[in-house]
Amino acid sequence: MSVSRMVGPRAVVLVAAAGLLASACGGAKVGESPSGAGSAAPAAKSCGALNLAINPWVGYEANAAVIAYVAEKRLGCQVTKKDLKEEVAWQGFATGEVDAVVENWGHADLKKKYIDDQKVALSLGPTGNKGVIGWYVPPWMAQKYPDITQWKNLDKYADLFKTSESGGKGQLLDGDPSFVTNDAALVKNLDLNYKVVYAGSEAALITGFRQAEAQKKPMIGYFYEPQWFLSEVKLVKVDLPAYTEGCDADAAKVACDYPPYELDKVVSKKFADAAGPAYQLVKNFTWTNDDQNLVAKYISEDKMSAADAAEKWVEANPDKVKAWLPAS
Amino acid sequence: MEGAPGLHPSNCEVTMTATSPAELSQPPTDEEPVILDVRNLWKVFGPRADRVAGTPLAELSRSELKERTGCVAAVRDASFAVRRGEVFVVMGLSGSGKSTLVRCLTRLVEPTAGEVLLDGQDIRLAGGKELRELRRRRFAMVFQHFGLLPHRRVLDNISYGLEIRGTGKDARGRRATEMLDLVGLTGYGDSYPDQLSGGMQQRVGLARALAVDPEVLFFDEPFSALDPLIRRDMQNEVIRLHREVGKTMIFITHDLSEALKLGDRILVMRDGLIVQTGTPDEVVGAPADDYVREFVRDVSRAQVLTLRWIMRPPGDGDALDGPELGPDVVIKDAVHTVLRADRPVRVTADGELLGVVGSAEILEVIAG
Amino acid sequence: MTATVVARRPVWSRPYLLGGILAAWILLWILFRGQATLPLGGAELTPLHERIGQAADAIDNSRNSNPLFLYFINYIRLFIDEFVTFVQALISRPSFGRPVPVIGWLGVVAVATAVALLYGNVRVALLTAAGFVSFGLLGLWEESMDTLALTLAAVLLSLAIGVPLGIWAGLSNRFNRLVGPVLDFMQTMPTFVYLAPLTLFFLIGPASATVATMVYAIPPAIRITAHAIREVPEATVEAGTSLGSTPWQLLRKVRLPLAKRTIVVGVNQTIMAALSMVTIAALIDAPGLGKTVLKALETLDVGTSFNAGLAIVIMAIVLDRATSAAGRRVETAHRAGRARGRLWRRVQVSVVLAVTAVLLYLSYVYVWAAEFPKEADIGSFVRKGADAASEWAQANLYVSTNGFKNLVTYGLLNPFEAVLTGSPWWLVLLVVTVTALVLATVRVAVVCAVCLALLVALGLWQDSMVTLASTLVATVLVMALGIVVGVWMGRDERADRVIRPVLDAGQTMPAFVYLVPILGLFGATRFTAILAAVVYAAPVATKLVADGIRGVAAGAVEAATAAGSSAWQTISKVQVPMARSAVTLAASQGLCYVLAMVVVGGLVGAGALGYDVVSGFSQLQLRGKGLAAGLAIVVLGTMLAAITKSAARRADAAAHGRP
Ligand SMILES: Nc1ncnc2c1ncn2[C@@H]1O[C@H](COP(=O)(O)OP(=O)(O)OP(=O)(O)O)[C@@H](O)[C@H]1O
Ligand SMILES: [Mg+2]
Repeated sequence: MSVSRMVGPRAVVLVAAAGLLASACGGAKVGESPSGAGSAAPAAKSCGALNLAINPWVGYEANAAVIAYVAEKRLGCQVTKKDLKEEVAWQGFATGEVDAVVENWGHADLKKKYIDDQKVALSLGPTGNKGVIGWYVPPWMAQKYPDITQWKNLDKYADLFKTSESGGKGQLLDGDPSFVTNDAALVKNLDLNYKVVYAGSEAALITGFRQAEAQKKPMIGYFYEPQWFLSEVKLVKVDLPAYTEGCDADAAKVACDYPPYELDKVVSKKFADAAGPAYQLVKNFTWTNDDQNLVAKYISEDKMSAADAAEKWVEANPDKVKAWLPAS
Repeated sequence: MEGAPGLHPSNCEVTMTATSPAELSQPPTDEEPVILDVRNLWKVFGPRADRVAGTPLAELSRSELKERTGCVAAVRDASFAVRRGEVFVVMGLSGSGKSTLVRCLTRLVEPTAGEVLLDGQDIRLAGGKELRELRRRRFAMVFQHFGLLPHRRVLDNISYGLEIRGTGKDARGRRATEMLDLVGLTGYGDSYPDQLSGGMQQRVGLARALAVDPEVLFFDEPFSALDPLIRRDMQNEVIRLHREVGKTMIFITHDLSEALKLGDRILVMRDGLIVQTGTPDEVVGAPADDYVREFVRDVSRAQVLTLRWIMRPPGDGDALDGPELGPDVVIKDAVHTVLRADRPVRVTADGELLGVVGSAEILEVIAG
Repeated sequence: MTATVVARRPVWSRPYLLGGILAAWILLWILFRGQATLPLGGAELTPLHERIGQAADAIDNSRNSNPLFLYFINYIRLFIDEFVTFVQALISRPSFGRPVPVIGWLGVVAVATAVALLYGNVRVALLTAAGFVSFGLLGLWEESMDTLALTLAAVLLSLAIGVPLGIWAGLSNRFNRLVGPVLDFMQTMPTFVYLAPLTLFFLIGPASATVATMVYAIPPAIRITAHAIREVPEATVEAGTSLGSTPWQLLRKVRLPLAKRTIVVGVNQTIMAALSMVTIAALIDAPGLGKTVLKALETLDVGTSFNAGLAIVIMAIVLDRATSAAGRRVETAHRAGRARGRLWRRVQVSVVLAVTAVLLYLSYVYVWAAEFPKEADIGSFVRKGADAASEWAQANLYVSTNGFKNLVTYGLLNPFEAVLTGSPWWLVLLVVTVTALVLATVRVAVVCAVCLALLVALGLWQDSMVTLASTLVATVLVMALGIVVGVWMGRDERADRVIRPVLDAGQTMPAFVYLVPILGLFGATRFTAILAAVVYAAPVATKLVADGIRGVAAGAVEAATAAGSSAWQTISKVQVPMARSAVTLAASQGLCYVLAMVVVGGLVGAGALGYDVVSGFSQLQLRGKGLAAGLAIVVLGTMLAAITKSAARRADAAAHGRP
């Protein structure tokens, strides 16, 4: 109300003059010097935007961090990271909100829906990382109970894994609800005296295993490679009935191990059609499990920011990075 | 005198007695034309309220009706007429239906049945727009709890009625200032209502009502919320204003002394029914029933009644050469003359002898 | 005399009946244990789930063909997206080809402070300035601005819809009766539940987040506006009418000005509701502080979550104080302006505006005013401090916390859950229906029976029972805490003064924030979810109880004291019984809050329905099941609300001396 009343002219002049005086000795102007503004890069126009989905495990984050860093600093792209779970990220291909998923674990159903049926996405080939999913126990258990690594013997040890949450059975700890998992079906179909309990996140799994090893507490849980934590505590994988092609076709009837995964990159059709420098980068990107583990460790163990972790690795591996850059 | 009370069968009994003294004495404004004529007005609150008037249900008492139908008959078959320039007081105990009756007259409460004729036109037939025009130009109301707008200054409160009917800013400012002076609040125009005392707030309410220059002013217990001294001031104010602007006023009160002081005529209600309509001295001198009698019991009759009410036909032994007084002289004012004279005072009008009053009559009134 | 005897009998017999029901239940449980318990494994689906999943797919596929989407929903989405993006472009995101937002930190601080100063007072303005600067100092400037942008957008839209509807509800009894139950439903439905269906229509992103926030924030806007309009004294409205105002004039010149102060309270409530929801909306990728907290939850990073939680609490306090001050100002502002002279006010306003304009300009042009200086950082200290505290707690409190956890889990939760999940479904249905008959009315019993039957039909019986068990256990804990602390607060003015601000802070803190340290202490268990639910619900319940106790007539307490009652007798025989309706209300509110939080607990190991919902929006093949789980939560909530509401009505009647 009164705000809209006429402004006393004298006061305005006075204050404005004071303000301008202050700004005269003011420092760097926005957009004037790129270093000052931080992220303004000269090539911004030619690269454009890259909308990167971030799935909730640190290995993925490592891939994304390095790609984002290179895209921003070397190609001058405008990178937007979107924290999305896998399924949701794929949805983003259809709506144009997501350009790239840079570590995809299988997901035949999503591939069918978005790549084959809707034709809004396509695979850009492997990241170079080999994925393994399975049930793991801490090393001390594998030492003390050598036969525990055979699934047939699990029932023998079920009592060891009892907790307040497992209702009299052995507890099998799972991770984030969005992770690829057949565990509930496996327990049922292999007729094991276990109950799946969800830790809720990757971090909770790691904490669990770390405590189990340190305090020599029994624990069995879902885990996967590549994962930096495996270099800290060498978890031992339990052998489930061997994987055969198609044995996991029906999610409710699975009774075999997880398949070996060839992790790949998926991008939206729109992004691929534009074929800009960022597309070339994503397409060329490959690295090893060790590379990823290193960056992942920087992020989660050393608490570096994603950008700092990526910078550190990129500085140390100029050749690999060079191979990803679009030929120009 | 069309639409005079007492013509309607349903409240025949009570109103007949009420009208009889009226024939004795006509109110002073008798010659003025009727401005507001109310006929067989009903207001029933409750489910399917329109089934009551004009059916056997109408004969039931209020409590019986409530029990049978869940409806409350706030006003039952009311008929009366108000003359131009008159101060017409409506009185009755709490819940007797006064407010409802008066609100029916401006359709702040929608009547259930009956007619309300303003200069012969039934306002019940008025459409929304017409009704608003009526309220904007011809009626105005003063409320018990003032109903002022707390977010507006006094001046803006007073000019509200003008503002909503589209009067220009300057014109309404001028008019509001005039009204402010008229009600004796000069200098308070920029205050906010809650910075004023109750009496002053009601003056604002009065000024707001007067600002639109209405023909009829309605007052719903305007002074009940004020303390006695201020109330007296305000009553005098109304009397003064009535003298100055001469508006028709319909005034609700449950305070008998106020009614007697202000009213040219008084309408007494009980449980929605009109029990009596008459001048103050008629109400005091000839209460229509026990209800009214109870009402006026504590009134000092000497202050209200005129000689007309106590004079007796001259007897054989009366000396007819005592002082002469008119029939409308209030007893209180005659006491001195009557008691000092050693013979009865003659009551005369236009030279004709109507009766005589002696000390015995006077003393009877004063004693009780 | 006979009347009292008649009135007493049911009161005495009800406990016996309930005892009988319980005994019969246990007996039948022993007999039929494990039969017809309708379990459903994690990846298993019922045909219904598959059908819901297919329906969701159909919706997905029709997004660009169905006219409803093409001409309606997509436009709404685009409009909201644009709107939010625009606000973000102003204050939080690099935009218009600039490497920084249009308005830099200095400008935002200046505008916020100026608004607080002009509409509030100097103290609030200082608080606002300090609060906004602290976002930068905590190292969360951009996140805070995202949260602010989303909150502002949601609040503006909520008010744009809520205030007119509220006015309508204030004017029309019929409309008021119509919206009442809808608003009840919107407010009792756990927020978590409608996130997934919303994304189906509005996709992931700002639009869904905004709509979700609006669903939560509109009810207070409507309710309080309606209340404000109704509260306008009838006498004033009548006075306006008597002068011939049109309905529109009455509204604009009489009702709205008089209702303004209360409507501002509604604005305040709307803002607070929006702020709390915006953080939960992080689950569907709403940008801002909520996301930081959620991320911290995933990485078990106590420090980061505490840091971001602190920023959210600061923002809540600033917005709350600023709007409250504006509310107080509403009446006085005008007047003060008049009293001290218009000129003075005008000079004040112009100076404030001019300073703000200059600062805005600076923040547009100069880097130092645009980007919050990184060197000024206290966020890392806050993080380290919180980390250290939580590590200490985990290391040193383990024994006692674990003992407590085991006590509740083995002593209360497990037996309870065993009976609920181990009973055949028809037995539970029977027991609940009969109990409802005894405690409430036939209508409530029917509602309960229908709700339970629906749970069976949804194929999520066992998960529902697990969730129900946790909910009830948490509610028992909430009420135990609420009554003890509430009675204490109600009886002791000083305790009230100390505890109440803590409860207020507890209410404004977004739930995710305290999930993280609780998770650290107790691991991913149902107990973690229960404890979080207790933390979430206890403030409301406690305050209601305290107010109820305080509301007990002083005369009654005095009379009891005069009759020689001990403090305990006064509490147990006078104060608590007389505050019974408040206690019941506290229980029903508490239950609502608990259910909402127990479901969120699905994120941290509570499993059951909450987990189904989460996995539903993270795994395609489980989507139908997730949506069904959302429905199951609503059904559960409806059932519990029906029971508690009826109990509350009964307690209310009893408190007023009616049988
Ligand atoms: N809106 C309404 N709905 C239902 N009943 C009403 C309504 N307004 C008034 N009544 C009833 O009508 C009767 C008359 O009420 P009214 O207000 O006209 O009395 P009153 O004579 O003005 O009383 P008071 O001196 O207390 O102002 C009362 O019994 C009252 O309960
Ligand atoms: Mg009244």
